[in-house]
Amino acid sequence: MDKEKAITVKNLVKKFGNFIANDNLTFDVYKGEIFGFLGANGAGKTTTLKILCGLSKPTSGQINVAGFNVYTETNKIKNNIGYMSQKFSLYEDLTVYENIRFYGGIYGLKLKDIRKRADELIQKLGLTNVRNELLSSIPLGWKQKLAFSVAIFHHPKIVFLDEPTGGVDPVTRREFWDMIYDAASEGITIIVTTHYMDEAEYCNRVCIMVDGRIEAIDTPAQLIKTYNAANMNDVFIQLARKAKQQ
Amino acid sequence: MKKFIGFVKKEYYHIIRDPRTLFVLIAMPIAQILLFGYVITNEIKNASIGILDHSNDEITKQISSKILSSGYFKLDASINSEQEIHEAFRKGKIKEVIVFEPHFSEKLKKEGTAKIQIIADASDPNIANLLTNYTEAIIRNYSNSITTQNTQISLITPEVRMLYNSELKGAYLFVPGIIAMLLMLISALMTSISITREKELGTMEVLLASPLNPFTVIAGKVTPYLMLSFIDACLILLTGYFVFNVPVNGSIILLLAECLLFIFMALSLGILISTATKSQQAAMLISLVALMLPTILLSGFIFPVENMPLILQYLCKIMPPKYFINIVRTIMLKGGNLSTLWSDTLILAGMSIFFILVSVRKYKIRLE
Repeated sequence: MDKEKAITVKNLVKKFGNFIANDNLTFDVYKGEIFGFLGANGAGKTTTLKILCGLSKPTSGQINVAGFNVYTETNKIKNNIGYMSQKFSLYEDLTVYENIRFYGGIYGLKLKDIRKRADELIQKLGLTNVRNELLSSIPLGWKQKLAFSVAIFHHPKIVFLDEPTGGVDPVTRREFWDMIYDAASEGITIIVTTHYMDEAEYCNRVCIMVDGRIEAIDTPAQLIKTYNAANMNDVFIQLARKAKQQ
Repeated sequence: MKKFIGFVKKEYYHIIRDPRTLFVLIAMPIAQILLFGYVITNEIKNASIGILDHSNDEITKQISSKILSSGYFKLDASINSEQEIHEAFRKGKIKEVIVFEPHFSEKLKKEGTAKIQIIADASDPNIANLLTNYTEAIIRNYSNSITTQNTQISLITPEVRMLYNSELKGAYLFVPGIIAMLLMLISALMTSISITREKELGTMEVLLASPLNPFTVIAGKVTPYLMLSFIDACLILLTGYFVFNVPVNGSIILLLAECLLFIFMALSLGILISTATKSQQAAMLISLVALMLPTILLSGFIFPVENMPLILQYLCKIMPPKYFINIVRTIMLKGGNLSTLWSDTLILAGMSIFFILVSVRKYKIRLE
């Protein structure tokens, strides 16, 4: 494939003492793709994500994110990515607008741009009535959508979502994925970790991690075919079981 | 710089939207100083005593009336026998009994000496000490006055003058200590809590994944508490001055500058605590146990360092509040200036730099 690459990873290793969290990972992510990391807790998804965001330094390997080297150009990477953490990444005691303004500000956007984009965003999300309400007073699903919108507020090239839909009802989850598709269609590359198998099927490609290694990497349809499975859940169970027997 | 201001603004919202905490932060200094100033007092007024006078003559009556008119003591019950002494003590009605031996004035005239026994309830040793000291002083005074009348030998009479706090006021002792305690509490405790809170919420990761410099994050979190602590220091000084008449004899600018230095030290300690802990509760526990107790016990705030066992004295030497309390006392009460305080100031500055360096190191390790 000669599509433009957003991320290239070659022989990534991350050790914590004797524990190998990422064991020789090699993969590419293409621009505008929705790329899913799938794996049990402790399989190394979050570690990989943190290295790609510049939150953690790899032990070895060649890694490029948005065209920049993770060892030497962390700051350039940070300006070009968005990040949404497992937990809530917004402040409950700030209003909807204040949250947007704060995050816009730390990415160095001009106040004039922040105001304009914030107004558009608030209208798009249907939050006009609660614009100046504290975040703690609005429902969880709205917060989740707002958190994602804030993560892409500064128009990053890549956005990282670390288990973004934990604790959200299926309807909101579906709406949330609609927003992800919208962002991807605008050319933003999306890296998402999850352990919901139905979500895995929404991704363009998934990478299944077991015990720090990449066990399989392909489109969901192809994976189901290769492993002769009924759905992604089957694929995952087959791979996870194989790993434990080794 | 713009990002930094935006960050401080966010911190300001956090503080202002938690009115309970804000109220505590503002009201606590005043409440503390009033409590300490009024409750813990070393002054003695109207302590109940008993007098057992076996001789009941002119001189013993004179001495008794001198003691009772001093204002420190009041006669609770006249005691008529040795047996009654114990009973009175056990009932807790009196703190001290003064016993005159039989034929007091006769002996004094013939032999030139007579005995007075002072018995004190030492279940509270501090008060017992004070009471006996006061009583002895009054009796010595009286005996001096009669010896100089009757004989021509001039006796050497020591005159004790209490410098810097001539009225032995408790507030003079406590104001510097309370400043140290509260600055430590607010600076170290509040910063460590507010930083660990971002860790707990997961927002810290987002901040670190943003182009914000990690040091901007820390500086932004610390700045509002620096200002709050400074306001509190001023509040304590003002309350001390207007309510207890605790003066500032030295340079007020130097005093405030030293306060800033100590706040800076406490903030760096708070940052250090937050790099070592993951939850707000752990941060709070460490701050309270590891900081508050030494600040109160091992700093000379209440208990003099010089009277401690040697090991504790060495331990006190590594407690920042010890130096700060000394600095504040020297400036406020003795009117000292930098030429006498430079070593304490340097030690505090050195400690701050040490804590900052350790935090930066730990912070970097965490990122790797």
